[in-house]
Amino acid sequence: MSNAEITRTPFDPAVLFKAAFLAVVAVFVLVPLLATLLGGFKSLGELRVNPFGLPRHWEWQNYADILFSGRYWQLLRNSLIISTLTVILTLITASMAAFTFAHVKFYGSSMLLSYLTLGLLFPAATAVLPLFIKVRDLGLLDTYFGVALPQVAFSLAMSVLLLRRFFKDIPHELLEAALVDGCSYIKFFRYVTLPLSRPILATVGTITFVNSWNAYLLPLVMLNTDALYPWPLGIMIYQGEYSSEWHLILAFITLTILPTIILFLLAQKHIVAGLTAGAVKG
Amino acid sequence: MARRIAIASPMGVAGETVSQAAVRGPSWDGRSTVLVLFLPPALLLFTLFVVLPIGEAAWYSGFNWNGFGRPTNWIGFDNYRFVLETRAFWLALRNNGLIIAVSLAIQLPLALTLALMLAERFRGAVALRMLFFMPYILAEIATGLIFSFVYDGDYGLVASIWRTFGAEPPHLLASTDTAMLAVLIVIVWKYFGFHMMLFIAALQSLDKSLIEAARIDGATRSQALRHVVIPLLYPTIRLSVFFAIVGSLQLFDLVMPLTRGGPADSSNTMVSFLYNNGISRMRVGYGSAIGVILFVICVTFAFTYKRWFMRDE
Repeated sequence: MSNAEITRTPFDPAVLFKAAFLAVVAVFVLVPLLATLLGGFKSLGELRVNPFGLPRHWEWQNYADILFSGRYWQLLRNSLIISTLTVILTLITASMAAFTFAHVKFYGSSMLLSYLTLGLLFPAATAVLPLFIKVRDLGLLDTYFGVALPQVAFSLAMSVLLLRRFFKDIPHELLEAALVDGCSYIKFFRYVTLPLSRPILATVGTITFVNSWNAYLLPLVMLNTDALYPWPLGIMIYQGEYSSEWHLILAFITLTILPTIILFLLAQKHIVAGLTAGAVKG
Repeated sequence: MARRIAIASPMGVAGETVSQAAVRGPSWDGRSTVLVLFLPPALLLFTLFVVLPIGEAAWYSGFNWNGFGRPTNWIGFDNYRFVLETRAFWLALRNNGLIIAVSLAIQLPLALTLALMLAERFRGAVALRMLFFMPYILAEIATGLIFSFVYDGDYGLVASIWRTFGAEPPHLLASTDTAMLAVLIVIVWKYFGFHMMLFIAALQSLDKSLIEAARIDGATRSQALRHVVIPLLYPTIRLSVFFAIVGSLQLFDLVMPLTRGGPADSSNTMVSFLYNNGISRMRVGYGSAIGVILFVICVTFAFTYKRWFMRDE
């Protein structure tokens, strides 16, 4: 199929149609993003008359003011702390559980696994009020852990399934040989399973990170102090303060989605694999 | 994905039988230690923060309670009655239905078409795939804010297009007639790339020889597409539909910066309805009742769908 595509003449109407269609979709995706990036370089007055084009006068001040304010960095720092906590705890607890489900045969194993996968069936929002009360009763309200722990709990189901599938593929002969040589399950997990599973750990880590980095509802419910807010909460407040000073808001949006876009460009393989992994069997 | 098959299949049944012997092998290999140490953290977190809250939601939904002290004012099923009597609830449910309809009627065909175009190798294909996938990884909050600028009646892109035609720009997000439509467009913008990637992944793992065989037997490109490729994609299509529906039932973050569910509840989803009426006013009983209804919808849907459409997977 691919060879036929390359050798075609450029005047084939099907190819032209295809190119036009792809161009239209590309414009549809790009225009809002570019307008946001460029809008941050304009003055409010120019934005009103020229929202699409390049700025006639580049206002670096909009971006500079945000970058030199403590606020932007504090939001990113909070997001980074919460996301990192979530990723580390998810990887530790999920990989240990997945290893047990993959390699240790015990009574009730499949029942417990189905119990965990219940978590795939409903969104965190359904139980967010009782969750709030639970977190409050545990004294974790308004702490990083109050957000991170529920996030870990909700990411466990998918993570355990993905990790277990990968762990099961590590040849059993390896485990047998190791056990015969006197290696314990725990040592096998630490020195064989984990090092062999770097790709899937990276994938699970990346999905968990992106989900936590972008999360809004749980932090919104669990945090009350501005100083602890991750960036999605912070940007909503920023927008509330500067309600129609769009040039500033656009600059702020650009700067807050920048880390995501950089991460995406650096780790696209893991992100695409991870976010579509739960979907494609294999 | 191909890797797994390569490793797994040669071992086959033989590997399984040997391993059972091995499990019974040495006297001390730390098997019970693993059980005692490795499972509890995950199970504990999951039970504490996922399973118990759902059970508690069912319990709290019987009370009129503002979250302070202990719930004492038992009102039975009244909260459910109040929810079902709220017009906004039915609007939210309708909007979730609309989102699903748009996902099926516009987003899915768009994603499939693009996948068929971009699964083939040509210059720029990978770059376009990444570009189309990018909206999916942006935070919903950021996406919502970007589009509240796009739709802004004074400064936005839409307003500017309107003005070039000399028309008075509309405030799309401020009108009950257009707010939900505007939200639906953003949903397509944000999620079509994800579904496209699902299809591309599926297309790339298709057995190419089947298509070649059809072509050798005289099928045209479009015949091969219709009678070979699309049927082979049915499992992925069913999966994509599944994600579209589950996603619609969870949608919240995107709505908040755009409309907060308004004006006059016209663009609420189930979760934003839950937020606006239960969480933000700390009406724990009422909010829990909404949560339980949403839970029942999700679980019923997931089981029915799996049973009817995904039996073989």
